[in-house]
Formats: sequence, structure tokens, C-alpha cells
Amino acid sequence: MGLTTETVLTKVGEFLGDGLISSNESFGMLAINVVASRNFELIEFLKSDPILKMTFLTDLTGTHYPDKPGAEFEVVYHMHNLVDNYRLRIKCALPVTNPEIRSVVPLFSAANFMERETYDFFGIIFTGHPNLKRILNVDEMDYFPMRKEYPLEDGTRTDKEDKYFGR
Amino acid sequence: MEPELIKKINTLADNKTNISVSKVNEQELTTLNLGPIHPATHGIFQNVLKMNGETIVECEQTVGYIHRAFEKIAEHRPFYQVTPLTDRLNYCSSPINNVGWHLAVEKLIKAEIPKRVDYMRIIVMELARVADHLVCNSIVAADMGALTGFTYVFQWREKIYDIYEEICGARLTTNIGRIGGFERDFNPTVHKKIKDFLRDFPKVYKEFMSLVERNRIFMDRSVGVGGISAERALNYGFTGPNLRATGVDYDVRVMDPYCSYQDFDFIVPVGTGGDVYDRFMVRHQEILESIKMIKQAHDNLPEGKHYAEVPEFYLPPKEDVYTKMEALIWHFKIVMGETDVPVGELYSAVEGGNGELGFYLVSDGGRAAYRLHFRRPCFIYYQAYPEIICGGMISDAVMTMSSLNVIAGELDA
Amino acid sequence: MTEVKSDIKIVKEPEGIKGEGYFLTSLDKVMNLARSNSIWPLPFATSCCGIEFMAVMASNYDLARFGSEKLSFSPRQADLLMVMGTIAKKMGPVLKQTYIQMAEPRWVIAVGACASSGGIFDTYSVLQGIDKVIPVDVYVPGCPPRPEQILDGFMKIQDIVRNEKLRRRSMPEYKELLNSYGIE
Repeated sequence: MGLTTETVLTKVGEFLGDGLISSNESFGMLAINVVASRNFELIEFLKSDPILKMTFLTDLTGTHYPDKPGAEFEVVYHMHNLVDNYRLRIKCALPVTNPEIRSVVPLFSAANFMERETYDFFGIIFTGHPNLKRILNVDEMDYFPMRKEYPLEDGTRTDKEDKYFGR
Repeated sequence: MEPELIKKINTLADNKTNISVSKVNEQELTTLNLGPIHPATHGIFQNVLKMNGETIVECEQTVGYIHRAFEKIAEHRPFYQVTPLTDRLNYCSSPINNVGWHLAVEKLIKAEIPKRVDYMRIIVMELARVADHLVCNSIVAADMGALTGFTYVFQWREKIYDIYEEICGARLTTNIGRIGGFERDFNPTVHKKIKDFLRDFPKVYKEFMSLVERNRIFMDRSVGVGGISAERALNYGFTGPNLRATGVDYDVRVMDPYCSYQDFDFIVPVGTGGDVYDRFMVRHQEILESIKMIKQAHDNLPEGKHYAEVPEFYLPPKEDVYTKMEALIWHFKIVMGETDVPVGELYSAVEGGNGELGFYLVSDGGRAAYRLHFRRPCFIYYQAYPEIICGGMISDAVMTMSSLNVIAGELDA
Repeated sequence: MTEVKSDIKIVKEPEGIKGEGYFLTSLDKVMNLARSNSIWPLPFATSCCGIEFMAVMASNYDLARFGSEKLSFSPRQADLLMVMGTIAKKMGPVLKQTYIQMAEPRWVIAVGACASSGGIFDTYSVLQGIDKVIPVDVYVPGCPPRPEQILDGFMKIQDIVRNEKLRRRSMPEYKELLNSYGIE
């Protein structure tokens, strides 16, 4: 006895209305695509609803899809209901021209570092974050390295010749 | 001095009745820079502490001193080349990271893994868990000055390294196993070494524990120190022994059993107060449970092959490559990256030494992953450190840091 | 003089003229003998190689028998800077600060592939070798190097110390080397 996909989809659909863009289930986990402006309310609803009870934020990260114009960035939340063992993936698409989304730090303190990391890697701005600055890279870095247009290697290094590495 | 800071100190002074925090009038606060290299912090991270005498008022953290861009590297490497990267996440227990990654890929390619592989993987993973918890516990004791335990325990970690070396050739960064199983079966020396380890280790471990378990100095320094409540721990995303010490029995091996863990008989130890002593004892009990599991797995190791039938990811044996055409073609295709990789996205988690180690993998059919994100437990629970230590003394901050078992490689990735 | 028969190995005495109550040799031989057998390392352990260093310090591979019983975590009291693990660009200035705080004579050993040349991490955030910021005496390759390799590197440092000229640190070539790194 536990949560089923239908229950979750019905409740989320009722709450969001047409904020729920699409959903699919793959590899045993339900993933829902949600309008970015309603992420905070949805996560608050999932946390406080007595049936859904998703009180654990497992993961928060981002992805860059350069070939989806208007929805290049995707912020991915993984939530977990520890009592009924149900996991959910929430995805919110953002355009690269205005990558702003509301921060969920007031709900889950775990999101603090995770949002800073996503900002550091992709440049997604989390409005309302208490301390949004770079966390893993040097503070003076002026680009967002995980975006697909930037290379892995440091172009200014002198001791490794590209021709020996097949580049 | 800033008025909010004064108000904060005075609230602390009102609330904490058993630690003497004197109200601040014109007293200056001391700023102490703990890190990045410091004998107390095991790994490089910086904590700038503002202290009122010996009591900590504020703590500002800086991480990223060993950021090696694993996630970006993983976008340029085929799946089998990502395994050495996962080694270097939590390097005290690298087999767990390797097996976790292989399980994620096998979930993507929907491979059927034989039981023998599962049991072999469990033996290797539980040995890694023993090694990780031994490091953490002996360093907690060593930070209090009990250096003897450290020297005893590390000698037995060498025996675990011997077993790894016999299985895969490396001591620390093991790159153990392959997608689909293991590259070679356990030879008789491995079985002998495992049997000897299971026979000799519990006695020595009991000697180490008898030094510290009911030792008055140890208990005075660790009971009631660095505690966190279960609600705050869940809000901070704690997993693993740190969460179980607060009373929540969340263990990925029990909740989402992977790799045939459901066949095994083990308990999940749980603490009450979430303080340093509880974390120490939870890790101690987990070592004993792991030894039980290794014994069960080793005694009941099923017969069968040591790899799954996934010719698109598992390199064929060299004798076949040199003699049979089909094996040669498969070898060529795997190495040159011309095999079909399914498209999809998945999240797969294993119980690492520090908690739920998750892999969020997005595959677009190409040779390398489109996006690979590691859900690193250390990164997430390290955020709670300022909340735990504020209001306490600096020596308690040192003990809390070592009992949280923060591994720098996993923190920064 | 009677020979003392025991199986405890002690360090060979340097060449010199022995007599009743005196021993005549050159100053640098004696000083180097003392220095090479009592090196106090500063373990700058950042990642996986640090765990192999902990194994070197433990009872199986014991670093203390080479004279390094006291690990100094303060650069002002250390002779040898053992850099073990990956140095990211964020950590580079910290490493340079630590090196500058050490007093002469000081030596540096780069343990592991990451410290020697960046290792497997040819990325935007990793320093490709610590010899981009500080001068290095011995490189120990490996990922991670076995404890025996680390001890071998340590013994090579001992060789360097034993054969070092007394006035090396005040010669213009040494000053030029430090200036090339921007260290005064």
C-alpha cells in the first residue's frame, strides 16, 4: 500500500491546472514538466500535503539543452517520500535570455549549496537565495563552465600539446 | 560591532544555560580562520569562525578548493571511462562508487545481472564500507588524542587493500568491476584472504573499541556534542550514518534494494541524539553488520558467470578477440564507440559510506553521457555544519567536523 | 676501538679524520647528515594521495623510521612540503602562501600525478602541476603512488639533502629560480 503514479498525477494536476505541461514515467520514476514560475508553490504543496508527504529534497541540479530554443536550461528537482518510498522528478524549463527561478531555500535548507552550484555551473539565477555566489569555481571566473559551448580544457595551458591528444 | 551580531550573541547567552556565553557589551569578536589546510579539517575546506572567547558565534564556509570538474569530464568520456572518475569521489570507499555507477548504466541498458555478480559486488562494497568507517572512527579517536587506535586499525585496512589488489590490481582507486560484472572471477587467493580477514579482524577490532567505547574521556568529549535533531537533519538532506544517528532509519539498501541486498539478513543501527557519540556508535555497529554480510555472501556465493550478457558494453575475453571474428568486431565497436546506447534519463542511488550517492544520468544515444550529475552526500550535509557548531566551543567544532566524515573529493567533485 | 655488534642499522658516518675524542670533517657533511635524517614534513594532503600518505604514516610503512616522527602542520617549523593530491586553481595561492612562509632550507616533493602535472584532470579548474607556482625538488608519479613509491621519493629527498652545498640558498642562481616564480 503506498502512493501510486495515478494518485500523484491527479493531485498535482488538480493543484497546478495547466502549470503541469507534461509527464512521463521511465526507469521506475515519474517525471513531470512544470511551468517554472510555479516551482515554489508546487514544492510547498508536495511537502505539506498529508497524502503526498514529500519531505525530502534529494537533489537539485540543472541541464543545458542548447538545441531547444526558448527552453535551454532545465532545473531538475528530485523529491522523495520517505514513508511510502515514492520518488518524483520535477523539471522546469528556463530560457537562456532570462534564466530566473524562485529559490526553494525557505522550504529546504538542503537547497542552499545545491542552488549555488547550479548557478556556478550554468548561470541560473535563483531569486530569493540568501547568498547566491560561486561556490566551487574561483570567484573571479567570468563564464559559466558547464554550458555546452565551453570546452573542458583550459585553453591557456602550455605543457599539453593538442596534437598528441587527438584534439 | 554590528548591532545584529550583538543581538545574536545575547540571544545565545540567554538560551544556552550550560555553556557560559557572556553578554557582549564592548567586547570584540575574534575571527579565526580554520583552514583550508589544518590538521583538524580532514580535507581542504575553509571555515571562518567568529568567536566570543571560545564560543563560536558565526561560521562562514568556503568550499571548492579541490573542484576537479567531474561532471564536465563525464560529458567527454564513454561510460566505461567514467568509472575511474567515480573512484575519486569518496576515495576511502571507492568500490561503492564504482558499483553504484555500473548499476546506473545497467539500469539504463536494462541488463540482467547474474546472482553471482551481485554477491561478489556485495562482498566488495561491504569491505569498502568497513574501510571507510574504520578511517572515520579512528580519526575521531585520534583527534581526541587516542593515536593508538589509528595505528592498530590502519594495519587492518592494509589487509582490505590486499583483497582489493588481488581482485582488481589497485589499492585505493580501484576501478573495480566492469559494466555487466567483473573482468575476472575471484581466484582461490581472494577466497583465502577474505576468510583470513573474517577470522582475524573481529578480535582486533574489539581491542580498538575497548579502548574508546566506554572510555570516560572519549564519552565526555563526544556525548552531547555536535547534535542535530531529526527534523533539521531531514530538512538539510542528511543521509547515511549521520541521519541514522539522529533516529531516522533511512538506508537505501533497505528502502530500494539493489544488487540482491534483499537476500541478506542485517539490521540498520539507529541512534537517538545525533551527536558525535551516536555517529561513532552507528558506524561501529555498521562495521559489525558489514562483517556479517560479507560472511553471508562469501558462504553462499552462487555458481555462475562473473559477468552479464551485455556484449555491447562488456569487452570479450582476449583469447576470443584473437581467435574469433565476432569477438574482434565487438571489441572494436566498444572501444571505438560505435555501439548503440539507449536514450533516456534516470536516477539511481546506492548507499555509500556517507549516505545516498545518486547518479542522475541523461543519455542522448551518444558515446558519452549528455549530462551526468552526482548527488554527493557530503556536499549536502556539510551545509548543516554552521548550524551545528554555533553556540558551542571551538574544540567541539573540531570533533563535529571529524565525526561528520566530510571527504573533500566528494564535497567538491 | 672495539666494534659494536648489533643488528640495529645506524647512519654511516661521513668521511673524516678520527682521533681520540675528536672527529674532523667538513661542516656541510655534518649539517647535511643531521638534516637528512630529521626532516619534518608538512603534509599538504588534499585528496586521494592523502589517504595513501596516511597509510605511509601508519605502522605498516612507517615514515617515522626515516626521522619524520613529528609532522609539522605549521609551515614555519617544517622542512619539507609534501604536496599530495590535486591542486585546483583556487588552492594555488594558498599553496604559494604556505611555501613562502617556510624558512630556508626547504624542499618540496610533489606526490601523485595530479601534483606533478595535473594527472587525469586536464580541466579548466585544475592547476596542471604545482611547478607552475612553486619550485619542486622531487616528483613521485602514480595515481595514487604505492606507499613504497612515496618512501622512495622521500629517500631521494634525503639524497638531495645529504649532497646539498652549504651556500646553495644564497647563490644567485637560486635567487633567480625563486624570482622566476615571483617569490622574493
